[in-house]
Amino acid sequence: MTEARWLGASAPEDLAAGLTQRGYRVVGPRVEDGELLLGDIAPGEALPRGWSDRASPGRYRLESTSEGTTGAAERFGFRVGAHSWKRFLHPSEALLFRARRDRTDGLKLQPPPPPKTPLALLGVRPCDLAAIGVQDRVLSGGPHVDAGYVARRRGAFLVAVECTRPGATCFCASMGTGPGVESGYDVVLTELVDDTRHGFLARAGSDRGAELLAGLGGREATADEQAERAAAVEAAARNMGRKLEVHAARRALAEGAELRLWEDVAERCLACANCTLVCPTCFCTTVEDTTDLEGRVAERRRSWDSCFGLEFSYLHGGSVRQSVAARYRQWLTHKLSSWFDQFGEAGCVGCGRCIAWCPVGIDITEEAAVAITQQHEAAEVRPHRGPARRGRKR
Amino acid sequence: MRDMVALLSASPVFAGLDHDQLEFIAGCGWNVHFKAGDTVFKFGEPADRFFVLRAGTISIEIRYPGGPARRLETLGDGEVLGWSWLFPPYTWQFDARALTDVRATAFDGTCLRDKCDDDPPLGYELMKRFAGIVAARLQATRLQLLDLYGQPL
Amino acid sequence: MDSPSESHGTLAAGPMRPRPFVVVRRWDETADTFSVELRPALGDGSEPSGAPAFRPGQFNMLYAFGAGEVPISISGDPADGERLIHTVRTVGAVTRLLSELRPGDAVGVRGPYGTGWPVDAAAGHDLIIIAGGIGLPPLRPVLYQVLAQRDRFGRVALLYGARSPEEMVFIDELRRWRSRLDLDVAITVDRATESWRGSVGFVTTLIARAPVDAADAVAMVCGPELMMRFAALGLVKKGVPEQQIYASLERNMKCGIGLCGHCQLGPSFVCRDGPVYPFTDVKGLLQVAER
Repeated sequence: MTEARWLGASAPEDLAAGLTQRGYRVVGPRVEDGELLLGDIAPGEALPRGWSDRASPGRYRLESTSEGTTGAAERFGFRVGAHSWKRFLHPSEALLFRARRDRTDGLKLQPPPPPKTPLALLGVRPCDLAAIGVQDRVLSGGPHVDAGYVARRRGAFLVAVECTRPGATCFCASMGTGPGVESGYDVVLTELVDDTRHGFLARAGSDRGAELLAGLGGREATADEQAERAAAVEAAARNMGRKLEVHAARRALAEGAELRLWEDVAERCLACANCTLVCPTCFCTTVEDTTDLEGRVAERRRSWDSCFGLEFSYLHGGSVRQSVAARYRQWLTHKLSSWFDQFGEAGCVGCGRCIAWCPVGIDITEEAAVAITQQHEAAEVRPHRGPARRGRKR
Repeated sequence: MRDMVALLSASPVFAGLDHDQLEFIAGCGWNVHFKAGDTVFKFGEPADRFFVLRAGTISIEIRYPGGPARRLETLGDGEVLGWSWLFPPYTWQFDARALTDVRATAFDGTCLRDKCDDDPPLGYELMKRFAGIVAARLQATRLQLLDLYGQPL
Repeated sequence: MDSPSESHGTLAAGPMRPRPFVVVRRWDETADTFSVELRPALGDGSEPSGAPAFRPGQFNMLYAFGAGEVPISISGDPADGERLIHTVRTVGAVTRLLSELRPGDAVGVRGPYGTGWPVDAAAGHDLIIIAGGIGLPPLRPVLYQVLAQRDRFGRVALLYGARSPEEMVFIDELRRWRSRLDLDVAITVDRATESWRGSVGFVTTLIARAPVDAADAVAMVCGPELMMRFAALGLVKKGVPEQQIYASLERNMKCGIGLCGHCQLGPSFVCRDGPVYPFTDVKGLLQVAER
């Protein structure tokens, strides 16, 4: 659908109202106590205005843009915060079933109640949109599906927002996930603001998206506005904060079990699991079974888990991955290499969250580059016959 | 004699030796038979023989001071018993006992050792083969030591 | 298996919900290993009757009420549609609870999951089956299936290594198999007891003498990872082509269906791409020094 409409600066509220009216539970960005969160947007509630963010390794700050500048009016001046949309689609805690046991009836298991209202995700950045696609494939693309995920995901309305000013930790262009999008959404917005006017180019990606837009008023976008959007997105692609060579990284990591890199990272990595918590594609979970005091009612809950935890690889007697080096290696290799073998694509979408939220500022793009370099060096040494060089481990 | 040569060339231990070498070794060999429970050799005795087992089971053991024999491993048909004849101090390091009736071919270790000194190529061939046997035994013993079935992974 | 086209309610339950089964019999195999026979709980009209069909090598997730689940290989006869048998080693909290189950008790079952041993592919070949310790239960279904169609296979050899004579499982069955003329059974222990008259030594020492045509043989190996690695070396040394060797692996599993991420071995999900693998597929991964 190449048709585009032009909406005013209050498009976020108008969309939220339209979606609420249509029976959706609207979730989107909120600023609370100086933090950028994703949460429920109450009917009539205003979405953020005049906020930007600054991210760098180990650091993230939400900043209020100063009065009198164009930034002061901006609706989507921030990129991504610690929250990602997986908190709604693949929540950190979920009940899998409740079980009863008694002497006469034996074991009876009861599924959890299905979600009451469908979700509408308002303000999904292209990297996060790609992440939703990645989790779709992981959690519902295989022979067994995550029933809870499918129940929450099916029918979810997606309003995406393209990026025109990438952040310092962003590298979606390298991962092929942004800064623009052409599919995977119901509605996509591109915010265009200058001294003369402030509004949104809005495109529909589905029938229900078109229907929602049609009910919002606005007008058809002009050719100039369409061109401005295209130029802004293209400029953003050329101004990414970081880069990552996807295919070289994939190859290097596939062979890279013995690189020096792992021990080097292990000296900095705290195995705190922040990266896996903020990563929009990390999907690993654990299950916990509990019972009431009488032992008659049991519950199974699944919750987020992280491969950085020592007990993640526990196998009666000990953990298979004892060292931080082995665990970091598992995470990075999975994210940038094995994911291709499993799901046909990278597990990383270039959102940069892991860089900002790592307390010691480990940068995935930097580690990937190091892996590529070290693997090249190792490959050059290997064909030579004779004694090992530089004391390298075989 | 011809039977003995044929037997030797069929055994993996002696495969690849040339006919003259096989004939010499065969000349140092003779058939033996042990009944279940018989001692084949004891710790400390001169190691002047080795055996190629043809049928039955031999137990390699060590006796605790004043106590029972502790079985370390068993050997069966086709396997070689005894390498201490080839390495100083040329005494047995363990006991060997027939667990069942055993038929084997015994070889005169002293005679063969002297011949190896005079005939380095034959010596090298025998040394290679016995070193291989010792290596394989060591590896298997290490795995036994690891007590793998008691470990988690 | 639930399909996405079903109603919201069943869908939300999905493949993480165990089916209720009931313990029929329970018996000890060794001091720390027991076997249990299960049947589906009656009275739940939506469930099909009889034990679910499975391929040798597959596993179920067994649920101990309120405590958790563990992946346990099915150790019974695949041709017996009535009885589901598992042999479990008591190593942790969940298995301990399972070991306390008595006839009539309820247990949850999900599965069968995973890949199976290539029994059909081995038809027409010699077969060498190598089990170490608790590795025999996942291989017993293979023996049942092979012996039930004996003339489809060439020479069949079972090599079984246990820690000591007291820690051998399926002793009665081993005796019966050993008395068969069409099956070669060799048993060894790492440590002998006073009365043990059999072989002593690690199970790999039995490989060289196994009476099969190595070049033609298909090998199925199950036991501790180090044992499988050295067994593969011994098989190759004997002349078995590496691509004819199969191994069964084990990893921490929380879901058993490829969704929780725990069982990953390199790019492979052991619950879904395994537990049975062609050895060549996992050889490299097993050698990665996890530290």
